Amino acid sequence: MRKNFVSITGMGIISSIGDNLEENLSALINKKVGLDQISHINTIHKNKIKVGEIKHTNNELIDLLCFNKNENYSRTELLGSIAAKEAIKHSGIKSIDKFKTGLISATSVGGMVRTEKFYLNSNSDDNSKNYVKNHHAGRSTERIADTLNITDYISTISTACSSAANAIMLGARMIKSKKLDRVIVGGTDSLAKFTINGFNTLMLLSEKECMPFDANRNGLNLGEGAAYLVLESEEIINKEKKKVLANISGYANANDAFHQTGSSDKGNGAFIAINKAIKSAKIKKEDIDYINMHGTATINNDLSEGAAIKRIFDPIPPFSSTKPYTGHTLAAAGAIEAVFSILALNNNTIFPNLNFKNKMPELNISPVTEITQKNLKNVLSNSFGFGGNCTALIFSKNE
Amino acid sequence: MKELKEELKNKIIEELNLGHLSVQDISDSDPLFKEGLGLDSIDALELIVMLDKDYGIKLNDPTKARKVFESIENLASYINKNRLR
Amino acid sequence: MQELKKKQNIFHYCKIEKNSVLLNDKLIISEDKSILFSEFSKILYQQIKLNYPKFFKMDDLSKLALITSEYLLTNYFKKTKKPNDISIILSNKSSSLNTDKEFQKTIDNKDNYFPSPSLFVYTLPNISIGEICIRHKFTGGNIFFISENFNSKLINEYASSIIKNRKNSIVLCGWVDFNKDDFKAFMYIASVNYFNKITTNYIDQLFK
Repeated sequence: MRKNFVSITGMGIISSIGDNLEENLSALINKKVGLDQISHINTIHKNKIKVGEIKHTNNELIDLLCFNKNENYSRTELLGSIAAKEAIKHSGIKSIDKFKTGLISATSVGGMVRTEKFYLNSNSDDNSKNYVKNHHAGRSTERIADTLNITDYISTISTACSSAANAIMLGARMIKSKKLDRVIVGGTDSLAKFTINGFNTLMLLSEKECMPFDANRNGLNLGEGAAYLVLESEEIINKEKKKVLANISGYANANDAFHQTGSSDKGNGAFIAINKAIKSAKIKKEDIDYINMHGTATINNDLSEGAAIKRIFDPIPPFSSTKPYTGHTLAAAGAIEAVFSILALNNNTIFPNLNFKNKMPELNISPVTEITQKNLKNVLSNSFGFGGNCTALIFSKNE
Repeated sequence: MKELKEELKNKIIEELNLGHLSVQDISDSDPLFKEGLGLDSIDALELIVMLDKDYGIKLNDPTKARKVFESIENLASYINKNRLR
Repeated sequence: MQELKKKQNIFHYCKIEKNSVLLNDKLIISEDKSILFSEFSKILYQQIKLNYPKFFKMDDLSKLALITSEYLLTNYFKKTKKPNDISIILSNKSSSLNTDKEFQKTIDNKDNYFPSPSLFVYTLPNISIGEICIRHKFTGGNIFFISENFNSKLINEYASSIIKNRKNSIVLCGWVDFNKDDFKAFMYIASVNYFNKITTNYIDQLFK
């Protein structure tokens, strides 16, 4: 009998609210927020915006990893390596090449931060050339794979803010089709001037801490971080007597087909993806106990996403966006929020949607605003990216 | 003002990549957004950048921007009143 | 020869590189190699009678993706009924680097600092997929892979897991890479029918 789901045996995370799983969970429960002024990047927007920046410098990250300082690692690679290593350790993997193992990683920035600094010098300076070589999005995945000694299968996904969720979806498909025995899936992105300036020129940034689903929301806070899940086949779990953290029971991806960066009013892409995910999980809408929303707090996203869940669910399950904690971690968001969804599941705790005060007049829906204990069996996690890319993942308790 | 309107029409065609249009195709009073030229939200943002870059005007209020960008006529008179360059 | 003919009927593809367009083995356009993509893309736009002004706002990667898909799909839908379920899998090695560099230029100089919103929009490779979906109102799944080389095996595996056994489902697959004026697009259509008959070797040969 083939199982309909894929099991998760390990997780790892680093974000502006913690360097690992324990710290992140503690911050979520204690409402410890990671948003602050930028400190590591020299940008003209420094004093204007709030971001979810990880306080460690690159050198400190290198020390945490015991890496060689001369290897020119980009911040994206360092964050990714930290989170992936934690996931592998958490899963109890002692020998990575014992089974056919892959790495599917998502990023939008890649080596961009270094490239920004060194691009202008790259033709004259060999050191700079090295950094520019590492700008390539695929390079950052390869380097993370190198540090983990993963050679069987490596893949990079770049679909904006839904990237990591798509990486998780692809990984689940590869386990189900037995193309891989196990796979590390997730994403990593670091703050960069490029992204800050870009989002600013699109007028999507808020100068305050973001307020998802609030009538007075006025934009997002950018963030950085990395997170990975370890997915393993039934065979390995039985053979190695692995503990299952949760199962990926459903997933789907759809395109909104409306605009390059904005979402349709009725949230069509979200509507299709969420419905398909529920169908693929072979559960009923009523079985969704909590939704971890994409909830970036832009005027457009929250209206669109809110409209979509209102069209689907009646009553609407408890929902919240955790972006007021971490900021919008772009390509890593789908994985960071997957980790939060699984932490919610296993602790039977719904994390609050901070900063919410007033409902959006168009929709009359309210997120959960306090830490709430509830028996959770199925959690839906949404991630929507530029280009109309909408992904919905369903995580279910292992019972 | 006539010169400015002409200049704006050229700029819009150039900056917003409306290569299929010529200056004669854009009337002074036609709506720029939705119908008429069918410009979208990204085009509006580009126009905001253009106002700053070419005329030294910083327009940050989206509601005000909507009124200013309603037509070439509106845009030209707004620039005339507020330009620093 | 029979085998080849059979394959040709099942396998629909379009390849655009070096200023030429190859559609299902037929060379339908061949322009002077010296003209730039800006000129070449205009020629294709007119030749295929695209009539879609939004085309001119796109960056080069999206233009290339859209026009390749236009040739491929226009031809495909002549003979086959348009399915309800169309997904897209694209890939490349340069991501959106070309446009990334253009955007970077607008923020490089502190004294002439004017980041361009329309350029920033295209600093993600999957926007090219978005453009195809917007044009045709495709709401199926989509994904964009970054890899050093065209990986027909990965794409086929992903496409087959999307289609499974759904007869009324197709996947638009391929590679669209744009780096300065060195561009290459290779798109094909995967459907239930073709998995048993078309090998990745065959696809790789056509890609070369």
